[in-house]
Amino acid sequence: MREVDGPKEPVETGPPPFSEHSADSPLSIHAMTVAYDRRPVLWDVDLDIPPGSLVGIVGPNGAGKSTLVKAAIDLVPTLSGRVRIFGKPFQSRRRMVGYVPQRESVDWEFPVTVLDVACMGLYDRIGWCRRVNRAAKERGMEALERVGLADFADRQIARLSGGQQQRTFLARALVQDAHLYLMDEPFAAVDAATEESIVELLRELRSTGRTAVVVHHDLQTVRRYFDHVLLLNTRVVAFGPTEEVFTPEHLQATYSGKLTLLEEASEALSKHGSSP
Amino acid sequence: MIETTWNPFFDGWIVAVAAACALACAIPGCLLVLRRQSMMGDALSHAVLPGIAIGFLVTGSRANWIMFTGAILAALLTVFLTQWLGRRARVDPGAAMGVVFTTLFALGIVLIVRGANSVELEPHCVLYGALELAPLDLVRILGVAVPRAFVVLAVVLIANLVVVGLFFKEFRLAIFDPALASALGLRPGLMHYLLMSLTAVTTVAAFEAVGSIIVVAMLVVPAAAAKLLARSLAGMLAWACGLALVTAVLGHWSAVQIPHWFGLGSVPTSGAMATVAGGLLLGILVLAPREGVVAHQGRRWSFFVRSNCEDLLALAWRLEERGAAGSAGELLQRLRSARGTNRLVLHFCLARLVRRDLLRREGALLGLTDHGREEAGRVVRSHRLWETWLARTAGLASDHVHETAMRLEHVTDEVMRRRLASESGGPEVDPHGRPIPGDEAE
Repeated sequence: MREVDGPKEPVETGPPPFSEHSADSPLSIHAMTVAYDRRPVLWDVDLDIPPGSLVGIVGPNGAGKSTLVKAAIDLVPTLSGRVRIFGKPFQSRRRMVGYVPQRESVDWEFPVTVLDVACMGLYDRIGWCRRVNRAAKERGMEALERVGLADFADRQIARLSGGQQQRTFLARALVQDAHLYLMDEPFAAVDAATEESIVELLRELRSTGRTAVVVHHDLQTVRRYFDHVLLLNTRVVAFGPTEEVFTPEHLQATYSGKLTLLEEASEALSKHGSSP
Repeated sequence: MIETTWNPFFDGWIVAVAAACALACAIPGCLLVLRRQSMMGDALSHAVLPGIAIGFLVTGSRANWIMFTGAILAALLTVFLTQWLGRRARVDPGAAMGVVFTTLFALGIVLIVRGANSVELEPHCVLYGALELAPLDLVRILGVAVPRAFVVLAVVLIANLVVVGLFFKEFRLAIFDPALASALGLRPGLMHYLLMSLTAVTTVAAFEAVGSIIVVAMLVVPAAAAKLLARSLAGMLAWACGLALVTAVLGHWSAVQIPHWFGLGSVPTSGAMATVAGGLLLGILVLAPREGVVAHQGRRWSFFVRSNCEDLLALAWRLEERGAAGSAGELLQRLRSARGTNRLVLHFCLARLVRRDLLRREGALLGLTDHGREEAGRVVRSHRLWETWLARTAGLASDHVHETAMRLEHVTDEVMRRRLASESGGPEVDPHGRPIPGDEAE
């Protein structure tokens, strides 16, 4: 269990009380530290994503952007801290979260069709050992229509362009009909048309009260796409409404501030094999 | 002279056992190939040996359920040790696997030779199997004498079908995208261990039939070939099963028949099966409709011909632009010196353009038809737009852009031309000052 149980911790070292967390925040992270092989890559993240926002996560390579998203849904273990999705741990909020992994994270030569992939978002609802039924396929088709891939439903995913592959992933997230979407670099290496259609889709989601947290790499488009921005470099440099937070000073701090001491400490921790 | 007489009983059962074995292996094999863990089949088929040996030593029985239990435990230990070693020793998974399974296999061999010391578990049989002896070891099922190996393999085959059928979509997601499977609560780790257990049971059942070396071929080869042909997981499983059947039948037939043609005695069926499977894979690699070598070369050839046709048209267009017309020989000579294309290919292209009514022979000269002029104008437009874009937008030196544009003009469609034009600011002349032909359709 990664959740830290407040009362059992000694008073001096335990995290502060969690009262500040709002139950209606789609994603609320408190004092979260994440490590790979005991080497911390994200330090002490505190975050309350406001409902109905489009949040861009930006930061240099190795800043922990993907790790933050993965840790939020238990794909990587956290060392400390806690994550709440609409006030509850992720395990009891799975259905409210849609996850779009990085496109390169899967084998696109895999023998599945576009419709097969779109329907994957429904596997938990279909239930163990049950077949993908007609209702699920209809929902898959609806989602493919929304991303403009209905004509490609029977095509093997290997025969799609990069942009089409990314839209297949989006369709898969759409069928989940989630309230919080976590997307890892959906704009990476897509064509201009796909980029526009993703942005449109994000705005559509927001207009229906959904929240999307998007790992993003293009600083040029941050102002246009996102109403909130999280500047990340192994710790939260700044988080807030884009027009307030997306400033040259903050960007400077995000992209140039090498925290050499923190890195050395991480190195030492991984060598000693102990948890902080 | 050695006689080959087909014995319906013996040869029939040998083929049946071989088919059950190949089919049983093909199913987990597909999942292993997709998980890029084909060699895990190899590792497991060796590493289960100490499990079997210990089971035998402890109980003194060679009952199937003891062998399978020992094999599953040894397999799970192998998977666990491989992951643990990879993490702790920071070596790549292949190396970790190699260390674990060879160690366990060696332990198994030692146990069998020293401990079991009986004819019942013979190292030789473990390695090569004894498919031909299968019809000698019969059990009675519903009053019918059936080879024991067939019963075991058929049960394993049915078990594989049932498990993969039941967890079909779970396997599909866990292998394709374990991160999403985990986010949806579908336990990809559990599915992994389930697959490893299936593989372990299957390899043990296949031991007696084909031995622990050939079993890898049965796991991997039909599956790898099926992957080239299928576009869905169900399709891949079906193809793999079909190929497994062909392998079994053709394998036994060629083991008996082919040496006979040369006046030799038959060779082991298991070896012939693996050879046939390899041959099938090679054939599919060459002939597969999309990914095959032939299809690939065909696509290259048709692009090559199209490029040359377009170059010929564009050349005729450029001559016309200067108020000249070239003879066929002149056109070909110029293209040959520009692109170094084979003369035969160019004649072929020329004939095709004339046949398609894009070029017209006017005495000794070649002229564009109206249709051909339109087509050629598009190619030249693509070429000059690319030159302009490369010089203006990409900032290349204008005397360097011609070669690149020569290549790019053949993959440029209407949409791309429009974007090129707008990104270079709607140019009217290229960097060499020549006008860019307009296109009414655009």
